[in-house]
Amino acid sequence: MLSDYLLSDYMLSDYELTALLLSLKVAAYAVVWLLPVGVILGWVLARKEFVGKSVLDSLIHLPLVLPPVVIGYLLLISMGRRGVIGSWLYDWFGVSFSFSWRGAVLACVVVSLPLMVRAIRLSVESIDIKLEQAAKTLGASPIKVFFTITLPLTLPGVITGVMLAFARSLGEFGATISFVSNIPAETQTIPLAMFTFLETPGEEMAAARLCIISIVIALLSLLTSEWVSRRVRRRLGVSQ
Amino acid sequence: MNQGVKVTFQKHLENVEMNVDFIAPSHGITAIFGRSGAGKTSIVNAVSGLLSPDTGKIVVNGRTVFDSTQGTNIAVEKRNLGYVFQEPRLFPHYTVQGNLNYGVREKDDEYFNSIVELLSLEPLLSRYPKGLSGGEKQRVAIGRALLSKPDLLLMDEPLASLDLPRKREVMPFLEMLSKKVKIPILYVSHSLSEILRLADHLIVIDQGKVVSDGKIEDVWSSKVMRPWQSFSEQSTLFSATVSKHNLEYGLTQLQFVEGLTFWVQQVDAEVGSTVRLQIRANDVSIALDKNEKSSIRNILPARIAGIEYQHYGDNKKSVSVKLDLNQGCYLWATITKWALDDLKLEEGMQVFAQIKGVSVSQRDIAIANL
Repeated sequence: MLSDYLLSDYMLSDYELTALLLSLKVAAYAVVWLLPVGVILGWVLARKEFVGKSVLDSLIHLPLVLPPVVIGYLLLISMGRRGVIGSWLYDWFGVSFSFSWRGAVLACVVVSLPLMVRAIRLSVESIDIKLEQAAKTLGASPIKVFFTITLPLTLPGVITGVMLAFARSLGEFGATISFVSNIPAETQTIPLAMFTFLETPGEEMAAARLCIISIVIALLSLLTSEWVSRRVRRRLGVSQ
Repeated sequence: MNQGVKVTFQKHLENVEMNVDFIAPSHGITAIFGRSGAGKTSIVNAVSGLLSPDTGKIVVNGRTVFDSTQGTNIAVEKRNLGYVFQEPRLFPHYTVQGNLNYGVREKDDEYFNSIVELLSLEPLLSRYPKGLSGGEKQRVAIGRALLSKPDLLLMDEPLASLDLPRKREVMPFLEMLSKKVKIPILYVSHSLSEILRLADHLIVIDQGKVVSDGKIEDVWSSKVMRPWQSFSEQSTLFSATVSKHNLEYGLTQLQFVEGLTFWVQQVDAEVGSTVRLQIRANDVSIALDKNEKSSIRNILPARIAGIEYQHYGDNKKSVSVKLDLNQGCYLWATITKWALDDLKLEEGMQVFAQIKGVSVSQRDIAIANL
């Protein structure tokens, strides 16, 4: 029947659904791991002076300028099952990144780190240090100052960082494919699935469908982050 | 009972060498006065712990918060001090109520309500700092500092960032504060009018050093203050008690000491309360005998205790005469050199000080908290 045909045509296929859910899962895990790391590094770079600060800053920014395939290669030789750190992790904790969705998460974490740290660092730098001083004179310990003043006021930067890191993770391709390969249902996110279709003659239509899915989730995440950050800014009394 | 503040410290700063030594009494407002750059803010910062002195000792309410010989340097957050900064520094993500409660250690509704009432904060409680006027913000900042129940309140030019109408709005609250709050207040200012209305004690700072320190009435008339008082501004400060009102003529009688009274324009203060009044030296004249047939209502016997020659610029010259009204109760009069020579005034002479009652009005009078 005509209606059945149309309905199934508009629905996501199992294959597409798997790739979409995997993409979302990998990006979400990457963001969760990035959050504490990004907040700590962003705060340290904004507020602390120490020897080797510019080296740390450069290291964090490296993934922004290196070709993703280089990052994938570096991850493979360091974090792979036989890699320097990877073999040690496997022996002691039984954790393996090779050919697993966890490896895809790690690749996303590394490539998104500079975006997250940068956004948070700028936000911390924009906080008036005088507010923290005022909190101290009111008897707040450094921990209380951080959690009640610094962190809440950094929130707009954290949201921007989360949005950028999430979007970057959804689009991650080069580092993932060279580190954990292109395995359906394990490491095959939407960009990798699209690459597979493009490589297969006669599957242009399937690639186009994935393209539309990509655009839709990208737009949704942009709109969500815009909405959240507007609410937060209003709550913080920052007009923007 | 609060034990006041003892401050002794040295600190090398970029543009000034600080070497400070003073004691602020246990109650009332101690004003720290001086030119900008004299190191006033550095003093309150050293007391608060935001600035670490090189050497010295700072004791607040009997507790040593800094002592270079013992290596004591208690962290800012553990000093239990309230600090009201020049700008309000309210936390933008907290409501007024949240800001007020930020430094509260133990919930005390009674105290909270009393501070809210004192500073008229009730209508602001649920609002965020963003929508408040400058004066309202500064009132919240004062309330926030007080609610942490500090041993000492530091105020660094709390009115300086406000325009004149806002200053007028906050000033009465500060006056009330000095009466109601039972802790010492260190108040940094470079405004003579603020000090005149608020301070009980005055510490004058110049180039990082204390040049004068004492009760405001004493410091005010001393030589140290001359550079700040222009030709027409030299004046004497008195504390006096309201002894009676004369409603028919719209006058109030004030008593400085036993047997020494004075009529001024009517004052809004109850009989028996203490006020501070400023008598400008230009409004005081000197007569050799008591002229009963005069419009001047206040004629007080006095002895000339000192004569100073003043020069303001090239062609402005005057003579300041220090008149002893009664043991230790001095009044300054500004006269011309011509009058001095004509009347042959000299130290030790018995004369009469004449002050027009109409020249002293409410604006020269602050209701003090003595």
